[in-house]
Amino acid sequence: MMKANSTPSVSVRGLALSYGAVQVLKALDLDIMDGEFLVLLGPSGCGKSTLLNCVAGLLEPSDGSVFIKGKNVTWEEPKDRGIGMVFQSYALYPQMTVERNLSFGLRVSGLPKEEIEKRVKRVGDMLQLGELLQRKPSALSGGQRQRVAIGRALVREVDVFLFDEPLSNLDAKLRAELRVEIKRLHQRLANTMIYVTHDQIEAMTLADRIAVMKGGTIQQLDAPQTIYNKPKNLYVAGFIGSPSMNFLKGKIEGSGTKAVFHLGNQKIPLNDYTPDAPIKPGAAVLGVRPEHIQIDMAATKATSDAYKAVVDLVEPMGSDSLVWLKIDDTLFSARVESNQHFDVGQKVNVRFRIGLASVFDEATGDRL
Amino acid sequence: MSSTSITPIIPAGKKPKKLITTERVVVYSVLTLCALFFLFPLYIMVITSLKDIEAIRSGNIFVPTMHPTFTAWGKAWNSACTGLYCEGIKVGFWNSVRITGPSVIVSIAVASITGYSLANWPFKFSEVFFTILLVSSFIPYVVMLYPLVLITRWLGIFSTLPAVVLVHTIFGLPILTLLFRNYFSSLPQELFKAARVDGAGYWRIFFQVYAPMSVPIFTVAVILQITGIWNDFLFGVIYAGPTNYPMTVQLNNIVNSVQGGKEYNVDMAATILTGIVPLAIYFFSGKYFVRGIAAGAVKG
Repeated sequence: MMKANSTPSVSVRGLALSYGAVQVLKALDLDIMDGEFLVLLGPSGCGKSTLLNCVAGLLEPSDGSVFIKGKNVTWEEPKDRGIGMVFQSYALYPQMTVERNLSFGLRVSGLPKEEIEKRVKRVGDMLQLGELLQRKPSALSGGQRQRVAIGRALVREVDVFLFDEPLSNLDAKLRAELRVEIKRLHQRLANTMIYVTHDQIEAMTLADRIAVMKGGTIQQLDAPQTIYNKPKNLYVAGFIGSPSMNFLKGKIEGSGTKAVFHLGNQKIPLNDYTPDAPIKPGAAVLGVRPEHIQIDMAATKATSDAYKAVVDLVEPMGSDSLVWLKIDDTLFSARVESNQHFDVGQKVNVRFRIGLASVFDEATGDRL
Repeated sequence: MSSTSITPIIPAGKKPKKLITTERVVVYSVLTLCALFFLFPLYIMVITSLKDIEAIRSGNIFVPTMHPTFTAWGKAWNSACTGLYCEGIKVGFWNSVRITGPSVIVSIAVASITGYSLANWPFKFSEVFFTILLVSSFIPYVVMLYPLVLITRWLGIFSTLPAVVLVHTIFGLPILTLLFRNYFSSLPQELFKAARVDGAGYWRIFFQVYAPMSVPIFTVAVILQITGIWNDFLFGVIYAGPTNYPMTVQLNNIVNSVQGGKEYNVDMAATILTGIVPLAIYFFSGKYFVRGIAAGAVKG
């Protein structure tokens, strides 16, 4: 993975944007390091594309500033910001051949002909567009179109690449292929990349850091693994991970290492848990990912760290199965290997790997 | 799974019939009637224009002559009298060409750029401006006739070619701007953004990105304008001045000026000659016309 070095390539300070009374971005601060692959992740309407468009100069912020390479570019034209951009709908010029699509920006900037040819050839080779150069976009498949669109950003030879949901219009197989291609491209070029998506798999696989957004604010900005293991709040925990994290509502009694999570009649000790904030008694939510719940095959007498549960439903997923279990009235899922067989109504013992779980304050939603 | 044997039974539902149905009969009768309604006058005009005056007086109006002649056509084009002059309708034809050409080009040029600005470069009050434009397209022409006489007189161009071109351009703008604005709004916004990132500005995006994609809507606009302006009578008679009277005005003069007996065959020939331009345009571009109208209507 590309090591991001420590000078910020793109910085956003107090960036806000409102349409009338609707605040799309709320005073955002963000630093993207040189050579970093940053993913803006969130559901539609969270402001991630708006933020990207502000960085690109395609939208004017109501307040705040954008810096690229230390220069305040808040009012700069898009072309003068040193950015290349790739769009969800490819946005290729339909009447131009692939070659002319690639070279359009270079021709606009009045680069000498030999230099344009050299760059188009280099990018064409890099993305294997050789045979397609003389075709019109309408004669290309979706995947080829998006490769051309990426190429159009590459020929600009800029420091910062912006991707606005580039893979969302492609089918699952192509999406996986191009994802790898983009990652390889980043390893090779080591440019700063800002990538907007609502797909957590893209975010997890591509990012050096992920910014999880909601309602125009950044909920958490961390490395993918940190976001996965230690989500800052219930929102991030629920958004990341598929199948999603189980949220078990209960209450905490005791504090510090002696704290115990009460789930109905069951008592789950939290001595293995590494807290972010001091654990205090009160209403709480235990967040456990399905893969961190183990099922004992035999329904033996409950040991101190195993709890009685009843199988409610089984969802086979090929590589593994998702088993829905019930403790009293609380429903949750566990991920098991697909060769294990369970019957509905079967009584089993479950173990929670508390060391990998998260405990949230129910009132604030923040991780403890 | 084992396959179960299927007993051959009659499929559910009614088998579709290929026979003539009542609906078909009604639809085709109505269509035929409508076609006749529009074609029959044309038929009478064509056969009458091919008759000599003797055949018209003695013969049946619905029956074509056995000895068709183009003499009436020649007279209508070259020597029919339009009031004082007897130079035929060709004078009017060339006047109409001189009026229609610049009017079509200027009105479409202005409207396409206005529509492009409204769709992609919103400025303060651009929505208000658009609304005013829309509303103004519903104001009856008659209201503006006299003010425009005063304006063109004040500009010193009343009774000249520029006056009538100006008036056609002004009256074409609301509907054409609406047409272009809606079409440009229906083009993907990301394309516009991509062009801006590539460094293209206002004019370059218009000419190099948008215009080549907008052939259908330009076709529609050209057809609308050519037929509209060619068929115009009112603006021609008011603003163009006698030396520039368009073909429609000249036709009216030919038909209404009676010297001796009424020459129906010449009148008919002159009318066909006047109508042939819009007719030909519809005939050859109907396909693009429908396509362009649909292209503008599907999205946005």
